[in-house]
Amino acid sequence: MTYAAGLVAILAAVWLLLSGYFDKPLLLGLGAVSVALVVFISLRMRIVDDEGLPVQLPAGLVRYLPWLVVEIVKANVDVALRILRPDLPIRPRVIRVRAGQRTDVGRVIYANSITLTPGTVTIDTEGDHITIHALTEEAAAGVLSGEMDRRVTRVEGRG
Amino acid sequence: MILAAAVAAIIVTMGLALVRAGKGPTVFDRILALNMFGTKTVLLIAAIGFVTGRPHFLDVGLLYALINFIGVIAVLRFSKYGNFADPDRERTS
Amino acid sequence: MILEIVSSVLVIAGAIFAVIGGIGIVRLPDFFSRIHGAGITDTLGAGLILTGLMFLSPDWTVTVKLVAILVLLWITSPTATHALANAALETGLRPDVDETEEATSSS
Repeated sequence: MTYAAGLVAILAAVWLLLSGYFDKPLLLGLGAVSVALVVFISLRMRIVDDEGLPVQLPAGLVRYLPWLVVEIVKANVDVALRILRPDLPIRPRVIRVRAGQRTDVGRVIYANSITLTPGTVTIDTEGDHITIHALTEEAAAGVLSGEMDRRVTRVEGRG
Repeated sequence: MILAAAVAAIIVTMGLALVRAGKGPTVFDRILALNMFGTKTVLLIAAIGFVTGRPHFLDVGLLYALINFIGVIAVLRFSKYGNFADPDRERTS
Repeated sequence: MILEIVSSVLVIAGAIFAVIGGIGIVRLPDFFSRIHGAGITDTLGAGLILTGLMFLSPDWTVTVKLVAILVLLWITSPTATHALANAALETGLRPDVDETEEATSSS
């Protein structure tokens, strides 16, 4: 029930922020109807739970995202310079690592973070093993160091 | 001026994506190029909205981002299973 | 005035990264490497351009929409990329690699 209430709050906030109107009864009414409909359908689909609405994550994400953005910028610059060099210094490789997260949400965040960082792409997930295509030795070493894995596990918290 | 240059750069990028979409060689190269073309379209819509002073274009961009994602997944499913139906049902029949 | 300069710098940097990604997708040798090229335009190219535009927003609703587009792109693009790479792998396309190594990250 708390998840349903949270969903209502989030959907209402999205509607208000995207429309930008707070004093038009018609628009507010349509918004209320839309929110009710979406919550009803979500409840019927049984997707309103800790996975559909991971309320435990934002606190950890606040600390994780700035680090991730810095990593993304560093990786972008590195890959961009390699693409521009005439001799194209890439050494593609495939590596497998273990994802230390306990929940699926945590593993999704980890796999997506890896893909979001240029130079490494998650090409397969199987249980708690992730197969990664890395463009360079350095990019592969970055994943193998396991720092991102630890940080995502920390985001997950004790749930 | 700056924004016009950015618009030009985005169009150049879209052109490069089209080059890859044309060359292939695999269907996945083409889908990758298509996906990139789509995300660049979102940026183009946003930038043109600011160039013409009509930021309401952003609503279109937002919608385009959603549809592009769903479209890429749909094309992927199609290229993988040959139809848009449930893959598990397809395999057993 | 300062906002405009910050915005211009970000937008131009984003445009440069977008074009580099475009060059990458044409230049890189095999499908799995080209994904990294597309990754550049989708992450930093899109991120810098949209962040740059935020500084030009006439009012806050525009900023909210730019943030929404950015969040949406940064969530959907790795998902689409992964679906694409995984589909390619399952179809039998193999990455052109120098070496394959098995490893377990310390966790």
